[in-house]
Amino acid sequence: MARESSFTSRRIRLPGSIQELVPAVGALIAIVTVMTIINHKFLLPSNITNLLLQQAEPATLAIGLVMILLLGEIDLSVGAVSGFCAGIMASLSVRHGVNPIISIALAISAGAFVGLFQSLWVVLFEIPAFIVTLAGLIAWQGGLFAVLGSQGTIGLTDPKIEFLTQAFLSNFVAWIFFTVLVFGFCLSRAISYIKSKKLEISGPSLRVVISQSIIFTLIVLIFLLYFQRDRGFPVSFFIALSLAIWLHLISKYTRFGRNVYAIGGSSEAARRAGVPVKRIRVQVFMIATACAGLAGILGSSRLSAVGSGQGGGTLLLNAIAAVVIGGTSLFGGRGHIWSALIGTLIIGAISNGMDLLALASPVKYGVTASVLLAAVTFDSISRKRSSKKTT
Amino acid sequence: MTALLSLSQIKKNYGAVEALQGVDLELNKGEILALVGDNGAGKSTLIKILSGVIAPTSGAITLEGQTVSFSSPRSSTEHGITTVYQDLALCENLDVVGNLFLGHEELAKKIRFPRILSSFKMQRMAIDLLASLSINLPSIRSRVEQLSGGQRQAVAIARALSLNPQIILLDEPTAALGAAQRRDLLGLMSTLKKRDIGVIFITHNLNEVLQVSDRVVVLRQGKNISSAPTSEITEASLVAVITGISNELSTKKLVEN
Repeated sequence: MARESSFTSRRIRLPGSIQELVPAVGALIAIVTVMTIINHKFLLPSNITNLLLQQAEPATLAIGLVMILLLGEIDLSVGAVSGFCAGIMASLSVRHGVNPIISIALAISAGAFVGLFQSLWVVLFEIPAFIVTLAGLIAWQGGLFAVLGSQGTIGLTDPKIEFLTQAFLSNFVAWIFFTVLVFGFCLSRAISYIKSKKLEISGPSLRVVISQSIIFTLIVLIFLLYFQRDRGFPVSFFIALSLAIWLHLISKYTRFGRNVYAIGGSSEAARRAGVPVKRIRVQVFMIATACAGLAGILGSSRLSAVGSGQGGGTLLLNAIAAVVIGGTSLFGGRGHIWSALIGTLIIGAISNGMDLLALASPVKYGVTASVLLAAVTFDSISRKRSSKKTT
Repeated sequence: MTALLSLSQIKKNYGAVEALQGVDLELNKGEILALVGDNGAGKSTLIKILSGVIAPTSGAITLEGQTVSFSSPRSSTEHGITTVYQDLALCENLDVVGNLFLGHEELAKKIRFPRILSSFKMQRMAIDLLASLSINLPSIRSRVEQLSGGQRQAVAIARALSLNPQIILLDEPTAALGAAQRRDLLGLMSTLKKRDIGVIFITHNLNEVLQVSDRVVVLRQGKNISSAPTSEITEASLVAVITGISNELSTKKLVEN
């Protein structure tokens, strides 16, 4: 029957969301390979662990930015917001003696509130997010100065805050995480196999499901054993990773996530289909600035202090670059949460590798810029190619 | 018999401009009504009012005898009216299933929050829906940007039908189509008719009007000038009314006069 012939695709395909990761993961593997060939110390567990410690802050920032870019928007304020939130956390816990956990929660809530405020300007007055968040960038830098006061820097000594970036997952916790991760992946593949058989829709074959599960388990196992050769998996990057897993599930499997992609594809089509476009815009901006708050806290925890430069410098631009390098389109609607982690690791690997080689900063910046340009060009060309198929 | 949809004295002003100056219109179940008129006659304004995109300045909309008003596209949909826009209003980055269910996704019943997509069920429903309309697509998982113009049009119509409407509004559905796709679409319209769905379609192609519609309404300068069963209309009488030479569509009545 026509129905069967037209709806079962014979092409060999990786499961949807994995397929779109291929270019970015390929680039990451290539860069890691090159760096290792140049200097074998690059791939030592101690070095990679350091890399993850350095990258937890930009990665967390980038995770929130992916949601914004998927929506087809931009948020220039997240760097400044991360500094502002770190300042709030430091001021509350050090100067006002608030419990550090509560300080962290309040700081992240403050981040979400900033997102609420800014996005209301965007949706109510229909001002481009570029401008509103540019104003935010300036304002929250000022906010950080105000919070820090005349002293300029607040030292962080509380062990609960330092724990975030100076601790590593114990073997026990790591194995639990491993089990949950592997079990979750295998379960989702099994469900997809069973459901597609039951509902008679095209789905993965049993062989594909089993081999995917084995490959996934092996990859996670290799990473686990690899990090256990050094200090273990860093808590800070574990937080970023958990956040990424959570937002990945939300973006791919919930109505909210589907609507974010739809708005990024065509906000007018989404609106006419009854998608609450304004509400979703506000929610996404709040997620991004809450992530920024968390990023600021991870960053300040690593430095054990919050200074006036917190959240400034190249942090924001590197995070945006990371998201694009990781394969999320600047034009909205195309991409995935993993691009934040993959892109951040690519930028981090370049920077870290160049440092190991003791190359001058100009080279480092030049290479990073080239990778970014290549990624944007790739994005633009593949976009054109996919829309050309229609004619 | 009460009409499925009836409009009385619908007016729409944009500032000083009167886009619609009191339009009356009736649509019955299983009827294909062609809405024709020159550019600026008010066809699109009327469609926008019916689809809830804009509100009329005055006038009444009645659905099966009940007076209704639409505050948003969603409320129009809830009253059983769906629209296939001229630009199709599809999200090109989403696959066919994603577009078919956009705004009314099937959700997993066991977990209320977060609202989890029931994607396997939607795939099954999408296959059944497309098969029932004899629409053939390479794969329901292909992104809409990978489809041809005719396939996109079919997705947009299937999308409108997935909401089980009583009335479907088609805004220049054939404008971007090739000859074969146009034929498929006109075939699809007779499928709708068999399902007792009322269809209002806008077109500039007078052949299509005479080919598929049951009745024709001509708008001119924001007013409905004439309405007649298609069987009583010739291309000449249609052109005459659209351009303002005549005010009577029906050749039968013209002869009587």
